[in-house]
Amino acid sequence: MFLSMNWISDFVDFTGLDKVELIHRFSLSTAEVENEIFYKGADLSGIVVAEIKSVENHPDSKKLHLLKVDIGEPELTDVVCGAPNVRVGMKTAFAKVGAKIGEIEIAPRPLAGVMSYGMCCSEAEIGISDDNSGIMDITDDAANGTDLKDLYAIEDIVFEVDNKSLTNRPDLWGHYGIAREFAALAGRELKPLDTADLDAYNALAKVDMEIEDPLCQRYSCLQVENISRSVSPVDMRIRLFYCGMRGINFLADLTNYLMLEMGQPMHAFDSRKVGKIRIKRFAEPFMFQTLDGVERRIDENTLMICNDNTPVAIAGIMGGLDSEIVADTTTLTLESATFDAASIRKSTVRLAHRTDASMRYEKSLDPEMTVPAIARFLYLLQEYDPDVQVVSALTDAYAYHYPQVELRFDKAFVDRYTGIEIDCQTIVNTLNSLGFNAKQDGDVFDVVVPSWRATKDVTMKADIIEEITRIYGYDNFEINTTRSPLYPVRADVVKSNEEKIKDILVKRYNLHEVHSYVWAYYDEQKALGIPVEENIKLANASNPNIETIRRSMIPTQLCQVKTNVGYAPSFGIFEVGRVVDGVDENNLCVEYKKLAITLYSKTEDVRDLYFKLRDMLAVLADDLKHLPLAYKKAEATHAYEHPVNLNTVMLDGREIGTLGIVHPTVGKKIDKKSAIVFAEIDMNAFAEAENASVCYEEPSKFPPMDYDISVIVPAGVFFSDLKKSWENEGEGILRNTKIVDTYDTELFHSITIRFEFSSSERTLSSNEVQGIMDRVIANLKKINVTLR
Amino acid sequence: MDNRIDVLREEIKQKIAEAADLAELDKLRVSTLGKKGSITALLKGMKDLSNEERKTFGAEVNKLKASVAEKIEKRVEVLNQMAIEAEINLMPVFDVTTPPDLSRGSYHPITLSQRQCEAVFKSMGFTVEDYPEVVTDYECFESVNIPKHHPARDMQDTYYLENGQLLKSQTSAAQNAILRKYGKNLIENGVPIKAIFPGRCFRNEATDACHENTFFQMEGMMVDKDISISNLIYFMKTMLSEVFKRDIKVRLRPGFFPFVEPGFELDINCEICGGTGCPSCKHSGWLELCPCGMIHPNVLREGGIDPDEYTGFAFGLGLTRLAMMKYGVKDIRDLNSGNLKALSQFTDDVF
Repeated sequence: MFLSMNWISDFVDFTGLDKVELIHRFSLSTAEVENEIFYKGADLSGIVVAEIKSVENHPDSKKLHLLKVDIGEPELTDVVCGAPNVRVGMKTAFAKVGAKIGEIEIAPRPLAGVMSYGMCCSEAEIGISDDNSGIMDITDDAANGTDLKDLYAIEDIVFEVDNKSLTNRPDLWGHYGIAREFAALAGRELKPLDTADLDAYNALAKVDMEIEDPLCQRYSCLQVENISRSVSPVDMRIRLFYCGMRGINFLADLTNYLMLEMGQPMHAFDSRKVGKIRIKRFAEPFMFQTLDGVERRIDENTLMICNDNTPVAIAGIMGGLDSEIVADTTTLTLESATFDAASIRKSTVRLAHRTDASMRYEKSLDPEMTVPAIARFLYLLQEYDPDVQVVSALTDAYAYHYPQVELRFDKAFVDRYTGIEIDCQTIVNTLNSLGFNAKQDGDVFDVVVPSWRATKDVTMKADIIEEITRIYGYDNFEINTTRSPLYPVRADVVKSNEEKIKDILVKRYNLHEVHSYVWAYYDEQKALGIPVEENIKLANASNPNIETIRRSMIPTQLCQVKTNVGYAPSFGIFEVGRVVDGVDENNLCVEYKKLAITLYSKTEDVRDLYFKLRDMLAVLADDLKHLPLAYKKAEATHAYEHPVNLNTVMLDGREIGTLGIVHPTVGKKIDKKSAIVFAEIDMNAFAEAENASVCYEEPSKFPPMDYDISVIVPAGVFFSDLKKSWENEGEGILRNTKIVDTYDTELFHSITIRFEFSSSERTLSSNEVQGIMDRVIANLKKINVTLR
Repeated sequence: MDNRIDVLREEIKQKIAEAADLAELDKLRVSTLGKKGSITALLKGMKDLSNEERKTFGAEVNKLKASVAEKIEKRVEVLNQMAIEAEINLMPVFDVTTPPDLSRGSYHPITLSQRQCEAVFKSMGFTVEDYPEVVTDYECFESVNIPKHHPARDMQDTYYLENGQLLKSQTSAAQNAILRKYGKNLIENGVPIKAIFPGRCFRNEATDACHENTFFQMEGMMVDKDISISNLIYFMKTMLSEVFKRDIKVRLRPGFFPFVEPGFELDINCEICGGTGCPSCKHSGWLELCPCGMIHPNVLREGGIDPDEYTGFAFGLGLTRLAMMKYGVKDIRDLNSGNLKALSQFTDDVF
């Protein structure tokens, strides 16, 4: 919303104050002002009133005319002009030689061979309207040669307030409300509005009007006739234009002017079309043509203004074409009303039609404003068109009164909230300057919230704090830390596990952390041959490509691997993110926080890559939990899973995730020749595992003893099976086993296992070690594992 | 007899000097000093000698034995030394100035920014909370004073799910749960609630270089008996100064957010121009950074905390925006792209 300092100055005397400085303070204390401040008319000089004394055709041009104009100088001035509306006797805006319009300085110059000493200007050229159809037609009485800036308020400081920052302030949607803020900030009085005395017409008949629907809070109207003026005063048009409104005609301009001044939208009907005003909704939907000529579908929830049963306007949004003021309108009915804000807002959404009026109604306008707005309207109407006649009494139905808001608070409350000292007098003065009727009794304050702030904005004590502090100025606040006592803070296990995991994967394994989206991408997955699995969907996805929430992060990561195929011959990515696995019995989403890792390599074979990932997971479990992982063969159920080597990862008896190889069909679509493996771990299941304790062990003073055996392992026998052969045979001296060699031929698969023995108490004898190993070998034999 | 010893001594001496490696030397040791060695063989002829001669001869042989053993030892040392020298001579000169392999993993820039913010708050006794991404209408809106049909719901284009739940449009969705989680300890034991809760948020809007439908926020709040606006400014200024590693000037303006009263927009002085005005700050010298305010009494009440007894502040920091500012990321979409050309640059938090 654009605001004019001239307009605001109608209501506050700023003598001796820096207006721009005040605008900055307004931005810090009330609502955000956009950065650029417009100094209207500042780049304009030397424009005067000129009277056209003669008009002759240009000898060489059909468009141009040769004029002689009187600019208040002894001699007439010759000027060449191309405007179509030139006529003898017309007064216009004239840029003299030496005049400045923006960057342009007017100099004598030939136009089609004839010298021109100046320029006749259109309103658009001097920036006071968008009318460029011809040169300005000045009808006001002014001596020739009068500087236009002395005649009209062309110079102004205009600033823009971000509408969003006014959402909660219905009182700031007009200049008068803004002026109240400026008055409070400047410490000056706010002048009352000049209004007409409506009581003078009480004897006249009332308008036949009735509110039949609770969505209308208040409806006030008045009938006037004998309006002779059709063009608005120039100053009014300039203000409207500076504030972003196009001039239409006097009546329309005046309703707009009122709206911009008081924030109260108004509407003028042709009284012939609204003899019997009824405000109501219709049970059946129908089509309705608004004054912009558009047919709109009105449903059963949209409040309408009607002439008996004929709708004439969409309440609070826009008037109808049929009841608009037309050329032969003699009597008009002026509407000033308030409606339920939520209802207007919903109607604008349904109609997809937001207007200056509805924008204001959505903010919960003060119903107390309807009658003063009519009084102000009438005052201006009579000032600019003195013959106007009021032909009805003020007719006012006030169906819904907001409750009066009275608040009591004490000084301690203010001190507690602010954390600084603001004295009682400042508190009272600030509140009173904003229209809160504040009274102080000792440490206790009583305030009555003004009606324009009581529709939703100020309802409780905390709201008062804002009023006091924003005018006090946050820049003036002393900054203090708290006095709260300190207690130890315990970190969340899932969160701290997550951070440690990231460190290990990045710092030890050189993986790259990525982020992604929580939904599955149809197109990208389709390109990889991974159908999007059925899951809960977004109800309002703007893009069907992202409709379904993902069940697993692996398809997402495979898409990301695909994007990065050219990045390096080998790389690994990981992410801690979320998936949803359908809904539970209460129809709530079952959300999981997962760690997903994908490794890609063109150079390593799939076995090495698989074991690399297996070891990563083992290190994570060992480092964070001091626990080993176990694996359970899993059946492939997803398109991206290779059926072989798919394992469920187990930690401390819990299933915590999956480790696998990418299905070759998918893999080949990512990259023809590469190995891709993946793992997905449930972070919460991982976090739930208790840390196993670790104890320091004195290094043994006695020599250890290693014993290697090479065995042939039949197909289908896993190391975990072999392990059972020595698990109970170690006698406390078998410390560790590891595979030190593997040897494969076409006939057999053989491994060399090293058994590491040691004791912290004594030197081991080869006999006792041999005894253990004999039993181990015997046990192995039972599962057909024999020495090579 | 004497002659034999001398001959043997000379012969062995010659052989030791000629031994080219340790193996040859070892063989020599056996062939001289061993049980069947040449020196040992000398002793075999001693039985024919007189007692006197035997004594002298034996002493001579023992002398020879000792001298040969010593010579062999010396030769071993020489050979070892020669081997080391040979090894040294074999070592090529490396070109230490070739480009090093710097390949290593990387953190997501959001993780880095998040950790920096978390570190500051942890150091001041705040807990870091985790929260789901799918939440209920109650969590995201109702409980934080945004009832149905509130205009604030329009400001946030929320992604709704088929079951009526939604993807959280703001981290404030966690406020109620956190107030409830720690409220008891506040009321019964006087332990202030100090929590930050970073998280992914979602808005149903078209994406471009400056807009994303998926982004990160970090919200924080503190509730105790006398938490004030002055405290809020202190914490914001301190946190931001730590994060940006310079003395940040903050500026508060009134701002309307349903979950706070009073609510503020917090601006910081523009780092790029130092506050004199530049295109980044739209020539104002200030950058709008985060909404904050005093927690609305309705929000406290809904969280089981009496607003007449306790006050608190809350703030919401755009982590994504912060990371972009800090690292100079121009296109927000790079962050969720998974593109390693962009993301692999963030190798450490000292970045």
